[in-house]
Amino acid sequence: MQARTILASSVLIAASAMTAQADTSNARIALSNNYAGNSWRQAMLESWNKETAQAVADGIVAEAPAFTTAENQATEQAAQIQNMILEGYDAIVINAASPTALNGAIREACDAGIVVVTFDGIATEPCAWRIEVDFHELGRMQLEFMAGQLPEGGNLLEIRGLAGTSVDDNIHAGILDGVAEYPQFTIVGSVHGDWAGDVSQREVAGILPSLPEIAGIVTQGGDGYGAAQAFAAAGRDMPLIFMGNRQDELLWWKEQDEAGGYVTQSASIAPGVATAGFWIAQQILDGAEPPKDLIVPMLVVTQDTLDEALANTPEGSVANTEYSQQDAIDVINAATGG
Amino acid sequence: MRLSSDALRLILPVLALAVLLGTVFWLRPNTMGYTGLHLLFKLALPIALATLSQMVILAVNDIDLSTGPFVSFVTCVTATFLVDTPALGVLILLAAIAAYAALGMIIAWRQLPAIVVTLGMSFVWSGLAVLMLPSPGGTAPAWIAALTGWRPPLVPFGVLSTVVVMVLAHLLIMRSTLGVLIRGIGGNERSVARAGWSVLRARGIAYAIAGAFGVLSGMSLTGIMTSGDANMAVNYTLLSIAGAILGGCEFMGGKVSPIGAVFGAATLLLATSVFTFLRVPPDWQIGAQGMILIAVLALRIALGRGEASR
Repeated sequence: MQARTILASSVLIAASAMTAQADTSNARIALSNNYAGNSWRQAMLESWNKETAQAVADGIVAEAPAFTTAENQATEQAAQIQNMILEGYDAIVINAASPTALNGAIREACDAGIVVVTFDGIATEPCAWRIEVDFHELGRMQLEFMAGQLPEGGNLLEIRGLAGTSVDDNIHAGILDGVAEYPQFTIVGSVHGDWAGDVSQREVAGILPSLPEIAGIVTQGGDGYGAAQAFAAAGRDMPLIFMGNRQDELLWWKEQDEAGGYVTQSASIAPGVATAGFWIAQQILDGAEPPKDLIVPMLVVTQDTLDEALANTPEGSVANTEYSQQDAIDVINAATGG
Repeated sequence: MRLSSDALRLILPVLALAVLLGTVFWLRPNTMGYTGLHLLFKLALPIALATLSQMVILAVNDIDLSTGPFVSFVTCVTATFLVDTPALGVLILLAAIAAYAALGMIIAWRQLPAIVVTLGMSFVWSGLAVLMLPSPGGTAPAWIAALTGWRPPLVPFGVLSTVVVMVLAHLLIMRSTLGVLIRGIGGNERSVARAGWSVLRARGIAYAIAGAFGVLSGMSLTGIMTSGDANMAVNYTLLSIAGAILGGCEFMGGKVSPIGAVFGAATLLLATSVFTFLRVPPDWQIGAQGMILIAVLALRIALGRGEASR
């Protein structure tokens, strides 16, 4: 399996090489968003506005407004989607309030000949496209990176996410596959950090006394900084912690690196995945026929891009990137095997 | 020309809906047709039913803060039990109506504030809904989906069904003995009791009717949305109160109007369309809905003064 990573620099290069296409220049693509109350969603809307404003200026699409419902209610979003059908948009990109409760409205849109693309909060209606991030690969790539840094292997601590969610299951499965691929690593402990720094710190501190020497910590994002605090408080040797693009994680990483050298990597789902939805909708309007389930690559921060990512990430937020038209074409080609 | 106060009560909601509908037609002429009206009023039936449920509670001088969670709870029952084990599903829904009746009687018997009891119940309904359907899903029973998906000739289902419900509710609340009794409790509970009626029983029946409207609202919502969700209609609590008040109902005195309530609900539904078409940012939409409510209430008070001074 090829590791597909997007670096901020390559996005910029691709964006500048973009050419306007005549086929969709009259197309109108709307974003239907159910919630805007956290930093991730704010970053998502910012990405959408930034990327689509450029696309409109370049004449690729006619307009691409974003609509957010006020109360994060499926009924409200269903009404919003029905209004969009009446408005006559050619495509609707949806971050759905519910995986199933919008299916009626989405079906209605499909019947009206509208391209519906869902991302992040996806919908199960078969006529819509679903864009997901390869969480399995997020788990597997951590072992690949660890094997590169620690060829002799060692003991690993796994911090899992919110129990019972598909994201947690997928990342965990990827980590297990990674361990099978690099058998020099052994997972000697596992806690649920719920993707939150404070929970992770508490859970790791609780399990730490019972653990042998730890070489690395595999994570799911949002938990790296808390784990580091727990290790520091216990006076243990700092293991290699895989990070999850949160600002506090990146900042800690940079401080450690400046203090005495600390090499790791960071990856997570970028809020800019909304722009992947936009470009994939544009490509479908342009005649592309991708399968309904699409997978977009992770946003990876490496030692080389750390400074840049940290500079562009507001405090308390998460590193972000916009996906380009070329990225969308790559995703579609990868999915169709072309 | 002299207008009865009932007619006066109706003019404002009808006028408000007409103005909004006119605005929609003017903004988007393509909505003037079967498909346009179908989409505009697709969600009208569940909102109208929820508003009628609220209105019956208002008629006995109480207020129901659990309408939204209750409707959401019904969508969860409808999308799960009513599909897999229809008999058990019907039993649960009947039990829910019975629970509403019991609540009404407990509130009357112990002289409890309905606002507190129903606020508490809202958490109970939400909790039960989450237990039943931890993550959104399930499917609408085929017959409900077929009914809500039905495309009658000439008039879209959303409009047709809402009008039918409105007429039936009008006959029940405004024309039947039972309706008079319920409104009488809101008007003067003591005189109803003196006339030999059981207030306890009548309040129980009023709450049962509200519960039945809530169940119908949840069932139709499940059909339209094709699945259940414990948080699907939480905003119906405020929407139903706003819709009923907009439609000429009052918090006190048993002054209610089923026709007005349905028009009020449809007005609020249409308002979100207008705001979307006008590109009003979502943060302003709730405020704008509030402004409509305040404007209509102000107009009503102004007209009411005119009536009183006559």
